[in-house]
Amino acid sequence: MILSVDSLCVHIGGREILHNLSLTFPEGRRTAVIGPNGAGKSTLLRSAAGLCTEYDGRIALNGQDIRCMDRQQLARLLAILPQGAAAPADTTVRELVDYGRFPYRHWFRRADGKADREAVEWALSVTHLESLQNRQVQTLSGGERQRAFLAMALAQKPKILLLDEPTTYLDIAHQLEVMQIVTDINKNYHMTIIMVLHDINHALQYSDEVAVLKDKRIWAQGRPGEVLTADLLADVFRVQADVFTNRLGAKVLCPVALVHPAH
Amino acid sequence: MSGMLKRPAAKSEIPRRTGRRILLLIFFGVLPGAAGILSMMKGSVSIPLSEIWSVFRGGSAGVHEQILWNIRLPRTIVAALTGADLALSGAILQAIMKNPLADPHIIGVSSGAGLMGILIMLAFPQFGWLITPAAFLGAMGAAVLIYLLAWKNGIQPVRIILAGVAVSAFFGAGISALLIFYSDRVHNALMWMVGGLSARSWPHVDLLWPYTLAGLLLALPAARHLNVLQLGDELARGLGLHVERTRLFLTAVAALLAASAVSVVGLLGFVGLIVPHIARLMIGSDYRFLLPSSVLLGAAVVMFSDTFARTAFAPVELPVGIIMAALGAPFFLFLLRREL
Repeated sequence: MILSVDSLCVHIGGREILHNLSLTFPEGRRTAVIGPNGAGKSTLLRSAAGLCTEYDGRIALNGQDIRCMDRQQLARLLAILPQGAAAPADTTVRELVDYGRFPYRHWFRRADGKADREAVEWALSVTHLESLQNRQVQTLSGGERQRAFLAMALAQKPKILLLDEPTTYLDIAHQLEVMQIVTDINKNYHMTIIMVLHDINHALQYSDEVAVLKDKRIWAQGRPGEVLTADLLADVFRVQADVFTNRLGAKVLCPVALVHPAH
Repeated sequence: MSGMLKRPAAKSEIPRRTGRRILLLIFFGVLPGAAGILSMMKGSVSIPLSEIWSVFRGGSAGVHEQILWNIRLPRTIVAALTGADLALSGAILQAIMKNPLADPHIIGVSSGAGLMGILIMLAFPQFGWLITPAAFLGAMGAAVLIYLLAWKNGIQPVRIILAGVAVSAFFGAGISALLIFYSDRVHNALMWMVGGLSARSWPHVDLLWPYTLAGLLLALPAARHLNVLQLGDELARGLGLHVERTRLFLTAVAALLAASAVSVVGLLGFVGLIVPHIARLMIGSDYRFLLPSSVLLGAAVVMFSDTFARTAFAPVELPVGIIMAALGAPFFLFLLRREL
């Protein structure tokens, strides 16, 4: 299942957010979308998920325009975890994950209880939430809550999972935990992952592809190790960075200072 | 807090929670029955339970048969239906507007019905029989007007609420103007603005029950949709819900329910706002339980309040709206404080 974006232009409130952007997300890979605030990352992700339909251009799943697809059918192929997801305080984790089965239910047809239950169990187990499944959302820590919403998206059993800054507001351990879960899902179930990330090192460590957005368009694209360099950080984020190699032999970028406008 | 977080989740917790909610639902189911029986027993004359029972079995024609059949029973049914309609309408609106203050007022139902009803009542009293249909048209007209005014590439709850406030203020000005122009006839209009059940009988039952039935049939299967809508537009859309379509459809259902109730009994406040909250505080925010709870509690609250309104200060009969607010608001505050 290949998600492709072709000549995408988005205007919101009379301002152009994305300009003639074309991009194909390779199947079964983890693609990180990075870029400065306001570069249009979230807009790209929301458009690709069918959340916002006010755009010019074409977004297609295996060649089929997503605007022509039935919403429920789309939700079975593609799940998105937007920023700042919230639920009524007394919802339990299991109930929340069960909402992920909504795309498989119909007004008058009986639900497939077995398939639903299996999908929910599976989503709870890959996000390590079995022991928390009966807890109310309001009693969860930030990391647990983010995993619960991730499990809800997984219960949709999508082919493609879109995550909008999945680690924002989490401490470093919970950030790595979420990234590890995402990687496991990608490796074990061949799910295509598309995620907006802010942490350059997460993009280096946990993605197979990276797309760098700046000024409404794709600035650079390719393998993270090749694309994400000190020069790119200076160009895109106006940040000076040092390059290290960590104990696993992987490249690490450490932001040091802002690039002075005079340079 | 930390103790709460570390508490291991018991395996049996889900059945226990569901079991508790089903028990509560049964309890809520008993309430309207009890309130209904009380409502038929109490009044200017007390009718003993045994006599009600024998009349219903079609047995002896007791002295109170006429009172029971022609006055108490239809009035009790009207109370139950309006209570159920308004509470259901409020419960739906609270989910689709994602606002705890959402109730049938904010979609203009009350101000529209109020303006048209009072216009007929004061300016054209010779057409008194038109009050109910005119109020219904006013209520639906105001709801449609607010929806159109709030429409801009789809509906945002905040815009509906603000448009509702503005339109209600505009219609409210009309109501006030009418009350001042016809200040000699204000009494009936005042009674109607608070909402009352006196002299409501079988014709009103006939007016109401089709809307209640239709509302229940349309709203109860939408419980899962309302649950998903509570997650917010983004998540709901991501889960495959047609957010705009669902919101329009359910707003229409809520408007019909509230308009039918308000056109028959007047501008009964409180039920549509507070009863869904009471239900939510007691049974939680899962709409599969919340919708039926609101319906049952709404019916029980209005029946009970009307009985109280008829008997507490006899021979003076107070409008049920006053009693409901006076008894219900403190109870709601009690629940709220206990929750916090």
